Amino acid sequence: MTAIIALSLFGISSLFLGFWFSRKVLQSLTLVFLLVGMALTAADWNQELLWFGHMFRTTNTSINFSLLIQLAAFLVVAFSRGFGNDDEHTHPAEYYALMLFSVVGAIMMVSFDHMIMLFVGLEILSVAMYVLTGSDKRSLRANEASLKYFLMGAFATGILLFGITLVYGATRSFYISNIGTIIASTAPESTPNFLYIGVLLMTVGLLFKVSAAPFHFWTADVYDGAPSIFTMFMSTVVKTAGFAALYHIVGDVFGGIYSTWVMTIYFISMLTLIVGNVTAVYQQSVKRMLAYSSISHAGYMLMTVSAHQISSTSTILYYSLAYILATATSFAVFILVSDYQTGRKEKPENFQSFEGLAKNNPGLAFCFTISLLSLAGIPLTGGFWGKFFVFSDTFNRNMTYPIILAILMSAIGVYYYFKGIIAAYFKEGDIEKIEVPTLFKITLWVTTLATLVLGVYPSLVKSIF
Amino acid sequence: MNLLFILFFPLVVGLILLILKPAKAFIWSFAASLIELVAAGYVLSQMAESASPQSYLHDWIPEVGISFSLLADGISGILIGLCALLVPFIIATTARTDKANNAQYQGLILTMQTALMGAFLAKDAFLFYFFFEASLLPIYFLASIYGGENRQAISFKFFVYTLFGSLFLLIGLIYVYLRTPGQIHSADMEVLYQTAHGLTAQHQGYLFLAFFIAFAIKMPIFPFHTWQPDTYTTSPTQGTMLLSGIMLKMGTYGVIRLVLPMFPLGMATWGSTAMILSIVGVIYGSIIAIQQKDAKRLLAYSSFAHVGLISAGMLTQSVEGIQGALYQMLSHGINVVGLFFVIDLIERRTKSRELAQLGGITQASYVLSVCFVILSLGSVALPLTNGFIGEFLLLKSVFDHQMTLGIIAGITIILGAVYTLRLIQKSMFGNVSRITKDFEDLSAAEKWVLIPLCALVILGGIFPNVVLNFSEASVVQLAQLVK
Repeated sequence: MTAIIALSLFGISSLFLGFWFSRKVLQSLTLVFLLVGMALTAADWNQELLWFGHMFRTTNTSINFSLLIQLAAFLVVAFSRGFGNDDEHTHPAEYYALMLFSVVGAIMMVSFDHMIMLFVGLEILSVAMYVLTGSDKRSLRANEASLKYFLMGAFATGILLFGITLVYGATRSFYISNIGTIIASTAPESTPNFLYIGVLLMTVGLLFKVSAAPFHFWTADVYDGAPSIFTMFMSTVVKTAGFAALYHIVGDVFGGIYSTWVMTIYFISMLTLIVGNVTAVYQQSVKRMLAYSSISHAGYMLMTVSAHQISSTSTILYYSLAYILATATSFAVFILVSDYQTGRKEKPENFQSFEGLAKNNPGLAFCFTISLLSLAGIPLTGGFWGKFFVFSDTFNRNMTYPIILAILMSAIGVYYYFKGIIAAYFKEGDIEKIEVPTLFKITLWVTTLATLVLGVYPSLVKSIF
Repeated sequence: MNLLFILFFPLVVGLILLILKPAKAFIWSFAASLIELVAAGYVLSQMAESASPQSYLHDWIPEVGISFSLLADGISGILIGLCALLVPFIIATTARTDKANNAQYQGLILTMQTALMGAFLAKDAFLFYFFFEASLLPIYFLASIYGGENRQAISFKFFVYTLFGSLFLLIGLIYVYLRTPGQIHSADMEVLYQTAHGLTAQHQGYLFLAFFIAFAIKMPIFPFHTWQPDTYTTSPTQGTMLLSGIMLKMGTYGVIRLVLPMFPLGMATWGSTAMILSIVGVIYGSIIAIQQKDAKRLLAYSSFAHVGLISAGMLTQSVEGIQGALYQMLSHGINVVGLFFVIDLIERRTKSRELAQLGGITQASYVLSVCFVILSLGSVALPLTNGFIGEFLLLKSVFDHQMTLGIIAGITIILGAVYTLRLIQKSMFGNVSRITKDFEDLSAAEKWVLIPLCALVILGGIFPNVVLNFSEASVVQLAQLVK
């Protein structure tokens, strides 16, 4: 696992490179760093290796997740446009370095074999995110968001750590591969009860990170307050890492005691679906709508976690990929439009800002539409197959009620996602042609086309996952 | 390979139109639809000659056993023919209007054709579902961009309503699919039939409901029809033609393809309820049609009434019922496209669809009124028109199935005559009104659309056997599966 070493070094070096290079160069360098990281990650393909005193395990699954995470970070960096031209208040070198560090943390979260490694990874990821959330230091909302995120995050990490302690106490091991065998070989009567409490606490700690209800209260405010580009980072990188870790813990390690945690996840997934979708309907701001949509997608993914099938890992991977592509695209268009409307409209982040987008910017409107269709799970887009695999897994476990609920919620989802499409295509507005940088435009089209390719030929990636 | 061509050719031209926006969009799309018609005609004639279905199979998502499997047999052949036949007419109705060279408009029609063809050709159930839902997108954009008053809200309601219904179909399909044998399941319809037959009566009942609701919303069947009149009225004429002429048949085709052969026990429990609902729709739609003041809305309700009878006929599970349903799908498609075109012609000239304001058109345009009468008679099911064959078979099957229902359904012929003749009378005959007094006669392009359609109405009434023989073998095979 040379990727995390390389990415850490890259992160440190980009702090220094900021002395000499312009923001554009830094952006390109970071993209190159991430490409190198992906290449190094992929180099371990098909060999199961243990690193760092057996604390870190690379498997094909963990490599897939690491690649997804770096892909998401790549997209965010490509959409960052060097963070504008404001030299006094933005510090691109630091931002890129922090993003690289949090990618390192995320990779650790998906490849840990030792619970302390999970904790360390989660902290590296989170601390970088607390800083990035508040990076717009003059904005009151960003400051509030950062503080809120930090306080809530610190609690969640504390809960996770408490859970780890209890599990360690019950099994006398930090190594998750040992924990699995110990639990399997111990008779249920002689297993101490606090093991189950530990499992639940660990689950709760991670559920916080993936913003599942009822641990979602921070999400909307933090997503809304953070600079949009870091919101994109949070809703893609952090979420994927959180889900990979969650499924690794509950699915792989505690898969033997499925019955103790399944009901929790089961109800939380249903609650998350309801809260995310119903609240999203009432949002006026596109950013907040996307925040609640991110909660609702956590609900769908939790359905497959609670179904706990052999195919669940592959489903989570596929769903995450489709979700990352669609979310990154929609946020990218959102960033362009809200930047354009800042100063022109009173509330540049509302749906009204998108009115008339298709007239002079047909490309942007198209990309935005495809991404929203994918989030809504309409055929022709990757999101449809994501939902399909989730439903299929859930049905395999004969869980009928979540599916019926998920159908209702999908229909509600169509309602609020289409508000964006309707605003862009069918409403009158006065948006002139928006200037889009070349790299930004290329990335936007690549993500849009990738969403369509995933929708038409899912086998392309399904065969790898 | 021929099937692949039929499926993707409209899409390719449609995308060219949507992306490159060539100036002569009408020539492009009309030529494409004619080539498609020739290709489909070639495939169908080959099938009729060799009396064997054509198929195409390719891997799609082998990891989960979903294949790209196409099949054109006697049943889907009729629908493919219908789709290929109607789209040139639909495109031709745009001739010399502001939409003729609107590349986006024409492109959406052609993409829609691919989605419809895909649904009719699919042999893999998820491929069917894929196209079934994908077809919503082009029609949604057609209706919301080019529709009439309040178009956004109405087409959005239509979109959410039908999407919601099809989600039930999706989970129903997944449920059966997960019970197919093998480590990797299969979604091939044949395999699904076999698997579904092994389910208990209770499960089949639930599944029947899930499937039927999805298709009932699409058709629509009472009480799931509330989206339909508004959507038909508000959509641009070509959108309405696509919706009522072809897209509605996706619902009826879905019932024949997926519901009937899969859930015989479910049919036993819920079939009669579904049939009663269909017949309620027939009567209800007809009565409301009689009250309508807007000609387009009147046709929307008449279409609702017709599809109810189609649904009731095929739910009898008899060979006659299914044959009649297939034949009536074909004739209804032809008639309804013609009728909506006539209404559009009147609206173009008078800017009105209000029956009270029209009248006396026969004095201005003889051809228009003759064609309108022929098409209407087809819709009323007068002997020697195509509507008669289908409706006769359907009524006979319902009558054989249950006499009371047959008698009630038979009222449709009287009610249908009432609203159709009222439509003719109010618009064509009577005194010339203020807005119809300068009514221009039909142009050559308009005649070229209407007269062939009328010819088809009469030909369909005289030579039904061409079509009935074509589908018979497949329908008999299907009916055996049902028993």
